[in-house]
Amino acid sequence: MRLFGEDILPLAAEHVVLAVVPVLIGLVISLVLGWWAWRVPAVRRVLVPLTGVLYTIPSLALFVVMPLILGTRILDPLNVAAALVLYAVALLVRTVVDGLDEVPDDVMTAAVAMGYRPGGLLVGVQLPLAVPVLIGGLRVATVSSFSLVAVGAIIGQGALGALFTQGFERFYTAQIVFGLVSIVVLALIFDALWVLVGRLLAPWTRAARGPGRSAAEDDATVGARV
Amino acid sequence: MATICAHKRVAHLSASVRPVIEFRDVGKAYPDGTVALRSLSLTAREGQITVLVGPSGCGKTTTLRMVNRMVDPTSGQVLLDGADVGGRDPAALRRGIGYVIQNAGLFPHRTVLDNVATVPVLLGRSRREARTTAAELLERVGLDPRVGSRYPAQLSGGQQQRVGVARALAGDAPVLLMDEPFSAVDPVVRADLQDELLRLQSDLGRTILFVTHDIDEAIRLGDMVAVLRVGGTLAQFAHPAELLSSPADDFVAEFVGRDRGYRRLQFLGAGELTLTDLPTGPDDGEGGWVLVLDDDRRPVTWRHDGQDVAVGSLYRADGGSLRGALDAALSSPSGRGVAVDGDGRLLGGIDAEAVIALLHRSSDPAGAAR
Repeated sequence: MRLFGEDILPLAAEHVVLAVVPVLIGLVISLVLGWWAWRVPAVRRVLVPLTGVLYTIPSLALFVVMPLILGTRILDPLNVAAALVLYAVALLVRTVVDGLDEVPDDVMTAAVAMGYRPGGLLVGVQLPLAVPVLIGGLRVATVSSFSLVAVGAIIGQGALGALFTQGFERFYTAQIVFGLVSIVVLALIFDALWVLVGRLLAPWTRAARGPGRSAAEDDATVGARV
Repeated sequence: MATICAHKRVAHLSASVRPVIEFRDVGKAYPDGTVALRSLSLTAREGQITVLVGPSGCGKTTTLRMVNRMVDPTSGQVLLDGADVGGRDPAALRRGIGYVIQNAGLFPHRTVLDNVATVPVLLGRSRREARTTAAELLERVGLDPRVGSRYPAQLSGGQQQRVGVARALAGDAPVLLMDEPFSAVDPVVRADLQDELLRLQSDLGRTILFVTHDIDEAIRLGDMVAVLRVGGTLAQFAHPAELLSSPADDFVAEFVGRDRGYRRLQFLGAGELTLTDLPTGPDDGEGGWVLVLDDDRRPVTWRHDGQDVAVGSLYRADGGSLRGALDAALSSPSGRGVAVDGDGRLLGGIDAEAVIALLHRSSDPAGAAR
């Protein structure tokens, strides 16, 4: 499908890959860093504010500086990807710490008392319970990533963002609007995908407030009432 | 002489019962200088419920957590089946000890069935096998097996606590630690849960260490009760009846409360209570109180001048205590308590005077309870 002299579908696919893959890599890094910060108060005091500051670095500046840090060529797509990983980490470290904080104390106590070791506790109890918070953070990080990719167009690596740079050069509003709308639509699709993933991974969140059988109206206790 | 209250647990109170948990001069001090526990020596014996009771800050939860190494003592030893727990791998040790906490602490993200199956799965049993065990346990603690597929948030507080008990039983651990398990539920549900625990315990005979701040709960459940002071010293370690009849000092006397004389009645059986005849019948009870019975001779209502009045609390003659008998008499609208058998059929009437007379005849209640 060609529009505005561009092959749109490969461009959209590139945009998706450039936006989503760094978020996933950032998630893995954040899980490690976040868990470390959650366990060690001193690490938390440094790491959480630091990642917050990271997010305030202007994206364009980061794209330009990246080659100096990574030793890549100016136009290497890796620059944009690496910067986006950094932004994802900036957003998600705090999310992971918050998510782990979210696990109720009595649940942690019970789990430890039943004989969970730290690894099993993390995988079997803490992370599943952090899913709702993690999904929230991932939605923000993903949507943000979709818009940041477009900025990469200025250094020639913007995927659908190219529609902006070219549109501005030609004063062609329709092209700019089309680029804008397609990025927003893609971002919303992936936002919805995260919601879906959240529902699949955490069915219990809906059970908790879901309609229907509440304990009060359907007392399933039998016996013991003399 | 009043006979001993039918709590069968009283029977095995001798010191010859095997010690399962032993605290030997156990102390816990924190680096900042806080002393949670000064020096405690205490033995919990096989098949008994040993209750630790005391005001907040007396170190009772700390003591409990030393058994499964969630807290390590800074002095002294904790022995489980004769071996110091200090040398055991904490996770492996904990899998062999049931644990119930306040608010149950159920996993919100797992169904009730999978919550109960947790420890068997940790112990390496297959999920299917663990779920089968879990389903049986749900029934055992008085829950409909259908709740197994629900999430904890869909249960009431009392139901969650039952699940918590089932989960602690699932690993077949001979020892259970219970940390204020029934404190967060309302009094009616709490009484249900306490009854349930006693019923379960009479089937299972686990060694239970139970922490509470509620002296009534301690007296109701405990085979032995340890009263702790703030700072973690043992004020008295005794059978509940003895705690009520002869508190060791003012602290214990104050702690067990003002109406301990009345509460002591629950440890006195009412087996020799003489029952009187009650006027019964379906007539309208003109000129006096008449107890109306159904076809199976179960009391339905008191009737007076054609008016129906609820019967008040019934006294069950099989295993009832003097406290129950007195309460039946005092709560009856006619002034005469109603005694029934195990199936709820009428046996006779109870006069408060007869209960008091019986009480007078049992001169040494604490001695009788031993």
